[in-house]
Amino acid sequence: MSAKLPPLSRRAFGRLALASSAAALGAVWKPGDALAATPKGEPIKVGILHSLSGTMAISETTLKDVMLMLIAEQNRKGGLLGRPLEAVVVDPASNWPLFAEKARQLLSVDKVAAVFGCWTSVSRKSVLPVFEELDGILFYPVQYEGQECSRNIFYTGAAPNQQAIPAVDYLLSEEGGGAKRFALVGTDYVYPRTTNQILVNYLKAKGIKEEDIMVNYTPFGQSDWQTIVSQIKAFGSAGKKTAVVSTINGDANVPFYKELGNQGISATDIPVMAFSVGEEELAGMDTKPLVGQLAAWNYFESIDTPANEAFIKDWHAFTKNPKRTTNDPMEAHYIGFNMWVQAVTKVGSTDHDKVIDAMIGIRQPNLTGGVAEMLPDHHLTKPVYIGEIQDDGQFSVVWKTPALVPGQAWSPWVPETKDLIGDWSKPIVCGNYNTVTKTCLSKKHA
Amino acid sequence: MRSLLRLCFVAALCVGAAFATPRLARADAFAGLASGQFDTVAQAVTDLAVSGSTQADTVLRALEHRQLFFAPDGGLFMRENTAYVDARTGQPVAAPPEGLTPVRLNNRVRKALAGARAGMDLFSTDRAARLGAATTLYERHDPAALPLLEHALSAEKDTAIRKELALAHAATILAQPPVADQLAARMQAVAALRATGGLEARGLLASVGAAEAEDPQLRKAAQEAVSSIDWRLRAWSIGQNAFYGLSFGSVLLLAATGLAITFGVMGVINMAHGELVMIGAYVTWLVQQGVRAVAPSLEPVALLLAIPVAFCVCGGLGVLIERGLIRFLYGRPLETLLATWGLSLIMQQAVRSVFGPTNIAVTTPGWLTGSFALGGMEITLNRLAILIFAFLVLGALMCVLRRTPLGLQMRAVTQNRRMAALMGIRTPRVDALAFGLGAGLAGLAGVAVSQIDNVSPNLGQTYIIDSFMVVVFGGVGNLWGTLAAAMTLGMGGKVLEPVIGAVSAKIAILVLVILYIQRNPRGMFPVRGRGVES
Repeated sequence: MSAKLPPLSRRAFGRLALASSAAALGAVWKPGDALAATPKGEPIKVGILHSLSGTMAISETTLKDVMLMLIAEQNRKGGLLGRPLEAVVVDPASNWPLFAEKARQLLSVDKVAAVFGCWTSVSRKSVLPVFEELDGILFYPVQYEGQECSRNIFYTGAAPNQQAIPAVDYLLSEEGGGAKRFALVGTDYVYPRTTNQILVNYLKAKGIKEEDIMVNYTPFGQSDWQTIVSQIKAFGSAGKKTAVVSTINGDANVPFYKELGNQGISATDIPVMAFSVGEEELAGMDTKPLVGQLAAWNYFESIDTPANEAFIKDWHAFTKNPKRTTNDPMEAHYIGFNMWVQAVTKVGSTDHDKVIDAMIGIRQPNLTGGVAEMLPDHHLTKPVYIGEIQDDGQFSVVWKTPALVPGQAWSPWVPETKDLIGDWSKPIVCGNYNTVTKTCLSKKHA
Repeated sequence: MRSLLRLCFVAALCVGAAFATPRLARADAFAGLASGQFDTVAQAVTDLAVSGSTQADTVLRALEHRQLFFAPDGGLFMRENTAYVDARTGQPVAAPPEGLTPVRLNNRVRKALAGARAGMDLFSTDRAARLGAATTLYERHDPAALPLLEHALSAEKDTAIRKELALAHAATILAQPPVADQLAARMQAVAALRATGGLEARGLLASVGAAEAEDPQLRKAAQEAVSSIDWRLRAWSIGQNAFYGLSFGSVLLLAATGLAITFGVMGVINMAHGELVMIGAYVTWLVQQGVRAVAPSLEPVALLLAIPVAFCVCGGLGVLIERGLIRFLYGRPLETLLATWGLSLIMQQAVRSVFGPTNIAVTTPGWLTGSFALGGMEITLNRLAILIFAFLVLGALMCVLRRTPLGLQMRAVTQNRRMAALMGIRTPRVDALAFGLGAGLAGLAGVAVSQIDNVSPNLGQTYIIDSFMVVVFGGVGNLWGTLAAAMTLGMGGKVLEPVIGAVSAKIAILVLVILYIQRNPRGMFPVRGRGVES
């Protein structure tokens, strides 16, 4: 059987040479492609539940993009269990009941192996019963108020003791200015209210008097901050060093900072520590009047590590925009996704129950040089950084916790929950275990 | 003369430093800058300022602009464009050593820098710099600067600066830890601060009044001074709140004037009005970007250029919307409501797709940032500009409606469409132009709003409800009513806000408006006459 090859014409030969050299070049450029086996078989579906329209689109669209990037990268590395990953993107449109509907669709129609999603606490609360009923897995990437510990949710953002408490410690410390008077300013919803409740109790325990704490709430999307900023100014003229702790959400931050700048409050007079202002929010602001204002996060784009550099490079390449910023919730998704991949690989299946049990104890290097570990209460160990806003729209880290801080689902600073812990490992297996009475309040979330 | 001054300055600084920093013995202030520790850097900044080094000024400036770098071996370099200069000697270096790290700043270092800069500026030949330095030293009232201030007081000739220096001196004396034989001087200082008033003075006096270690007589005087200042501030705060109310009202007015035409005069329920405001804000950004690219020197006035552009773009868009959508729906308010609401979603998503979902940074030109003091009130410039702008727009609109043929035709068409048509008015054209005018006004509101709010695809939603509320509350079809309603709502909100909080104030205002509309369905200034019922 000798098949006679047709003689190569010169042009065909040229084409062949070109093609083969291109193929060789491709192999040089992307060694991952050549080495990893192409994933085949039925794809494993991963649900992405982030608002792509409506008010929250501003923050959540980025998280959808980062998930797509992580999934594409995993596929390039050979997929998961030899199968390709497939993203199922739905748009809950910043509409809280729609979150629950879309979650149900992802779990029962698309049968996804895991869901990455939600930003606001109210959207998480709205999908929580669905995930518990259908026994799904949700990775929630945003810093939040704590006081929740569901078996079906992995909280990859910061709990209050991984953001709010260290931030206040910094403000109280000599290095942070030694503040003696605190204005807690926030948007009127569950996250600021719970965080401020925790902070007020904490500050009182630290010896701050009742009259030295001012708490103020504003509606969503507040755009006229004149009165409140002048109140803060008056509050700060009592002869004691004053600091502002801001849990102002999303869009309301820009007019707030503009008003601060215009009324001449600089960071050296009254520093503002924000929990919801990251690189993404600063991108829409002229940061010159804000230089020195503070934010507390577990990740900053400006932190200089090889892992972070690579991540930012990938992100710019994926979005084809060299100016897109990275932020804290993106890192949380990065950690969460890689942990899930590890857990699935470990048990060799995407079965929800097996993966949930395997998640505890999984360790994943974070982007800032530490290692995140999934704790029995489904929170992570995280470093806490305090950053000061620079005139280039980035943060410069001025302080960090000496060690990684393990997340606490239940705050010891709220009287009702001070004895509670979450522990989904054996033998306790309970999200709200009372360590004093040694009982589990309920197998479901509290 | 100048060298003599400089000599005095260095001498005075040394006295000041000796008072403040017993650690002055450190031979090389530059070494501290290269330490990488914020505390040490802050100390080094103060040391360097008083060291008399000829390099001090340039090095501190470089630090302020984050152009100062240190090498692992303790070398210190300034970056000037792309070249490096040795900070200690001022000599250019051919090749900077490996591993240069920028000297980082935090608030503590910034504070030290501001103090150092003020200390150096106190003897500057530039009057404005001296005045600024005196004000900074008053605000900082750092005891270490006392000898400096005393020296400056004796050398200064300018009365305005002397006054500021005397104040800074008084504040600094009070900020010192209590010394027994200074009671008279401190009592004087309390009196001086009491006379100035203001929040800074209040803060300092309050801390003196609360300090256990102080003389009881002095504490009493300080406490009295605080309550006197509080009284004065309370009186001024009425004026301040009135300004806040006017300014809030003016934003509402701007957002609502366009709607007063489309909804008030034409009767079209335009749910996409907010999105036209949003487009106006995006146009402002585009104009700023364009000007920056083409003629950077015109950047400060880019905002003014944006005004006509935004008006034309949004006006043109308005004509398109009217011709393409609304004219098919006249007389069917529900369908109009749904169609324009759909349109608003389309516009939002379109902007989101083109410009991205994140906020864009519309810059505020220098002449619109900051504030000035009017007695005990603080007037922010951008708010003042918007207040004036809102009234100018309203005035211009009144002129158009009353003095131009278009205005006459518009009024004729709204009052009696058939009769107007019979008189030879091309009613479709008037409709399109009127809607375009309303849309253009929304664009103007967008330019103004871009200066105080964030510019994102969601911008319009914030304003649509308030705009409708203003127009309905004021009385549909009456511009004076719109003005009165905007100001009433603005003032009401700002009077209630400090008392019951922002959330409750918003609720209270809504409840009050509903109750009012229940009793007076036609709003504050109902249109009267025969044409009303039709």
